[in-house]
Amino acid sequence: MEDKSKKYMNPYIAGVLLGFVIMAAFFFSGEGIGGSGAFKDIVKTTVIDLAPKYAENSNYFKSAVEANESPMKSWLIFEVLGVLIGAAISAAFAGRLKLKIEHSPKISSKTRIIFAILGGALFGIGSQLGRGCTSGAGLSGMAVMSVSGFLVVVAIFGSGYLFAWFFRKLWI
Amino acid sequence: MAPIFEQTSEWNLIIALLIGIAFGWVLERAGFSTSRKLAGVFYGYDFVVIKVFFTAAITASLGLLFLNYFGVLDFSKVWMPTTFLWSTIVGGIIMGLGFILGGFCPGTSVCAVATGKIDALAFVVGITLGIFFYSFTYEYLWEDFREYGNIGNVKIGELIGVTEGVAVLIFILFGLFAFWLVDKIKKEYNIKDVEY
Repeated sequence: MEDKSKKYMNPYIAGVLLGFVIMAAFFFSGEGIGGSGAFKDIVKTTVIDLAPKYAENSNYFKSAVEANESPMKSWLIFEVLGVLIGAAISAAFAGRLKLKIEHSPKISSKTRIIFAILGGALFGIGSQLGRGCTSGAGLSGMAVMSVSGFLVVVAIFGSGYLFAWFFRKLWI
Repeated sequence: MAPIFEQTSEWNLIIALLIGIAFGWVLERAGFSTSRKLAGVFYGYDFVVIKVFFTAAITASLGLLFLNYFGVLDFSKVWMPTTFLWSTIVGGIIMGLGFILGGFCPGTSVCAVATGKIDALAFVVGITLGIFFYSFTYEYLWEDFREYGNIGNVKIGELIGVTEGVAVLIFILFGLFAFWLVDKIKKEYNIKDVEY
């Protein structure tokens, strides 16, 4: 059988390429790369469009209402659209485009989906409190050597290792 | 002098799309569209996350340092986050638990959605629900705590009292040590690969 890991790029080469992508983002736009920020913009747009009265009076949405420009026209929205395109192209060329629910044989697809939603929700909440996720706060923050970037990476991975044992059945 | 485009320039959106395409391509090539590979970092059977993540951070920090040193990039005009100690730590802990439960982080989940992973789509729905929850409970739960531990726009070098260059050097050495360590851990404990 073909060794699966061979099909993926060498991690160090991938890392260097990713480093250049981050540098390019700073070089052209002065921005880091990100992930969660795009979802924040989607939520803001949705609430402002559907419940403008509520948004005006909410401390969370107020600044976006006053900016008077659609949050959808943001750097991160376009970047995340790009991620979708880039990943799809790469997977297509590598023959990895396939609809599936990936999970450990020890759990059902349903369990996997429930925990994926829960995990996503926690990431959504945590990224708002921590001002960004693994890429936006962590990777980009470390690229500019900010204390914040290193702190969030230590917190995310530290917490992951702390909780890993309790949820090992989900993965191994 | 870089950044090339002013913050208000529409060109930034085109750049953002192109940067995103490259970002998504690299993530997929590295294998970041599968949660079981990503989760491997927490169970020791696959450390690709550590290798890609820290190689990228080191490359970018060293590159930006040089661009600034040679006067190509003006650091004062690029994004630089303010450090809020407590909200960042608690936010990070919540995200770490999210990582263990969901097997993705936001960037990798978007990448995985594009390759057809339905569990990643569920994760993305989760992120959106989580942010809705956060926004609706903002005044009651988060607004004050979010500002806790503000120590300003501090760089790691300033914090430990070394120059930017020395700080990047320490980071590189730390990264090399981490790469050596994770390979040793996998070998020493004879951790089996997981089929997926």
